[in-house]
Amino acid sequence: MAKRTFNIYRGDQNHGDLVSFETEVKEGMVVLDVIHKIQAESANDMAVRWNCKAGKCGSCSVEINGKPKLSCMTRMNEYGEDEIITITPLKTFPIIKDLVTDVSWNYTQNERIKPIKLAPEAKTDKGYVMYQKDVDRVQEFRKCIECYLCQDVCHILRDHDKKDEFIGPRFMIRVASLEMHPLDIEDRIPELKEDYGSGMCNITRCCTAVCPEHINLTDNGIIPLKERVVDRYYDPLTILWRKMFGNKKKKLPPIKK
Amino acid sequence: MLDISEIKVIEHDVLIVGAGGAGLSAAIEASAQGMSTGIVMKSLLGKAHTVMAEGGMAAALANVDERDHWKIHFRDTMRGGKFLNNWRMAELHAKMAPDRVRLLEEWGAVFDRTKNGLINQRNFGGHRYPRLAHVGDRTGLEMIRTLQDHGVHQGIQAYMECTALDLLKNEQGDVCGIVCMWRETGAFTIFKAKSIIFATGGGGKAWEVTSNSWEYTGDGYALAYEAGAELMDLEFNQFHPTGMVWPLSVKGTLVTESVRGEGGLLLNNKGERFMFNYIPDRFKSETAETEEEAARWLAGDPNAKRPPELLTRDVVARAINDEVKAGRGSEHGGAYLNIATQRTAEDIKKKLPSMYHQFKVLAELDITKEPMEVGPTCHYFMGGIKVDANTTMTSVPGLFACGECAAGLHGANRLGGNSLSDLLVFGFLSGNNAAEYAKNKEHSDFDKEHVSKIIRNATDILNREKGANPYLLHEDLENNMQKNVGIIRSKEELEVGISELEKIKSSYKNVKAKGASQFNPGWHEALSLRNLLIVSEAVAKAALLREESRGAHTRADFPGEQKDWLNYNIVTSKGQDGKMKLSKVARPEPDAELKRIARSSIEDLEKEVARERTQS
Repeated sequence: MAKRTFNIYRGDQNHGDLVSFETEVKEGMVVLDVIHKIQAESANDMAVRWNCKAGKCGSCSVEINGKPKLSCMTRMNEYGEDEIITITPLKTFPIIKDLVTDVSWNYTQNERIKPIKLAPEAKTDKGYVMYQKDVDRVQEFRKCIECYLCQDVCHILRDHDKKDEFIGPRFMIRVASLEMHPLDIEDRIPELKEDYGSGMCNITRCCTAVCPEHINLTDNGIIPLKERVVDRYYDPLTILWRKMFGNKKKKLPPIKK
Repeated sequence: MLDISEIKVIEHDVLIVGAGGAGLSAAIEASAQGMSTGIVMKSLLGKAHTVMAEGGMAAALANVDERDHWKIHFRDTMRGGKFLNNWRMAELHAKMAPDRVRLLEEWGAVFDRTKNGLINQRNFGGHRYPRLAHVGDRTGLEMIRTLQDHGVHQGIQAYMECTALDLLKNEQGDVCGIVCMWRETGAFTIFKAKSIIFATGGGGKAWEVTSNSWEYTGDGYALAYEAGAELMDLEFNQFHPTGMVWPLSVKGTLVTESVRGEGGLLLNNKGERFMFNYIPDRFKSETAETEEEAARWLAGDPNAKRPPELLTRDVVARAINDEVKAGRGSEHGGAYLNIATQRTAEDIKKKLPSMYHQFKVLAELDITKEPMEVGPTCHYFMGGIKVDANTTMTSVPGLFACGECAAGLHGANRLGGNSLSDLLVFGFLSGNNAAEYAKNKEHSDFDKEHVSKIIRNATDILNREKGANPYLLHEDLENNMQKNVGIIRSKEELEVGISELEKIKSSYKNVKAKGASQFNPGWHEALSLRNLLIVSEAVAKAALLREESRGAHTRADFPGEQKDWLNYNIVTSKGQDGKMKLSKVARPEPDAELKRIARSSIEDLEKEVARERTQS
């Protein structure tokens, strides 16, 4: 197999350049293999995050030819034989060094979300009772590996840098995984509107397009949450209902013995 | 002379090293006991190796087969471990696992469900009944995310991308702190703690073909060893029978046992289901005799016996190895694993979504249509730091260990699914006992000279003019372990392996990492190489000493289990002279009742459990 050319970002937030490397690419290699090969051969101190190398941990997110991707799941044969591959760090987050960015902002967003609270009456001595068809929906969201590619591509965070106004698609679907949990009785709709910035998303579906787990973030998570906010705050009938019968209106599935 | 006073000191009552399932469980419990709790991890939170666990967590919930009971789980665990397990740990594990799994659900885990709306359970190798609570084939992700999302609300301080270098002890010889390095900046820090829990995982990165990530460099074993703790059973390294074999760049990546749990067949290049030829006597009465019976079992016939593909991992790994050696291997030197003929495409995508995805992307192969190619891959350490069964404390006061880095529960071979439940049960016990220990203690002073020495050892790697490339040294180590301390071992090869290790160790004294201290993977590699070398030496020497084949430890020159060896564990520690010391330590006589349960026939035990159930 032939030698291929790779341009990789070397540097930190303030100073850095694309550095050109040449290395041999063998059959079956993914982009992360190439990065490791270059690291071992000629750039021992090149910083890159990775763990599982099988698309399960979401550590090795980078931008390959400008597209946010998991480098461990991007095969070299996706690219033309003479194509020069450019690898850069996630643009939305500050660069620590080379391909490693500071993603700590994401962890602070997660801490802002109220934890799960299950309906005590659904508990039996054999655990909680819920049915597969009722959990399918949240299981989709729980596939998330926190690679933050959706956060990276979201134009509200990436281009407008409104990290103080919108928690981003990852945490919208985290909220969805709690709000749509069949036994959860917590209420996160007020925060969704006031603190998490659900109104900021204008449904460009870029997050869904880059998700390596193929989670339909926009249609299955974000839009239904936006609808819940609208129902709560802007639908006159619901407002009247709430005034008469109180706030929380989650329906629990029946418990069978 | 280094100025120690400028180094930041952080204090906690309890400090946990490692943030996988065990570490997070321990942190949550220590914090619940009112302790100021910190958790140090090499990666970002939520990325630890637990995330790779696929199949599920074993617990006798009896949701799918109501005959299940802790006694039968205990019996399966002991038999799987070839009776070398710590009896008390196996008992605690089997008894406590169901409640810990249900608690995980309370904290937000969303398991797959039975028709009755309970946690669903699947079949796995060595487990008598469907016992593994699971979420498709991404159970580890569910576990770690649940613990992470629950943990961040418990007041635990998480220190990410921080590498532990060495333990500190006070004048009495008790653990009192640990020196760490922030990967981002390369700066050092000292954590003072009244008790420290190691939940550092295994050391599979010593082998070339491994399912383990870069983090698995045996840090806990090496740091504990350096601090004077005893290690045990290190000769038992589990080679998971099914790792990917092609393409080369993903060789070793795990293919979940759930493929076989869901009915997958192992075939050689003649299309034969060769596992029927490898059924050990001990399991004959509990394994299907014909393909027809195995098919009935898969269809749910409770009177049919299990297919031989679901024998324990040690047996299946050796069988694949033998088939390949006999020239009956697959195209790229493995065995064929076929689920396509056993389940519908829709079923496969639902039950094994990440396997479908993994093969589709990495091998360009559709597992709903074609067989996979699989072969053994280094996966798990049964052995580790020797701990007290009830408290999980090591032989160094104040140092606790849980999860893969602790020895005992799994004996000579671990059953699939018993790891995730191990993390929950012993993570909890470690957190609880380390908190209890810390409650009566004050922080104590550490030896400043020791701190300087630890830091100097680390910075020397950067500062020396020239020296060995850490990546290449690591490669030499991997090749040596793969070739000489592999799945089938012999005196001759082990001795070569040990002398090769000496050579690598001496090159390591001159290891040089290029570049500066900020996020420098070459330096990180060099630092963890010290730990891998200690672990590798301990493994090779223990493997040479144990002259029998038991569970995951196979000696070509000593086939079969030797009755006498059942009475001994191999314990490794650092001698006064600084050299590694190994000894055969007699095992205590087990509790009579536990012995009776483990040695009962399955029929008798099932009757006993049924009787107990009708009485209560």
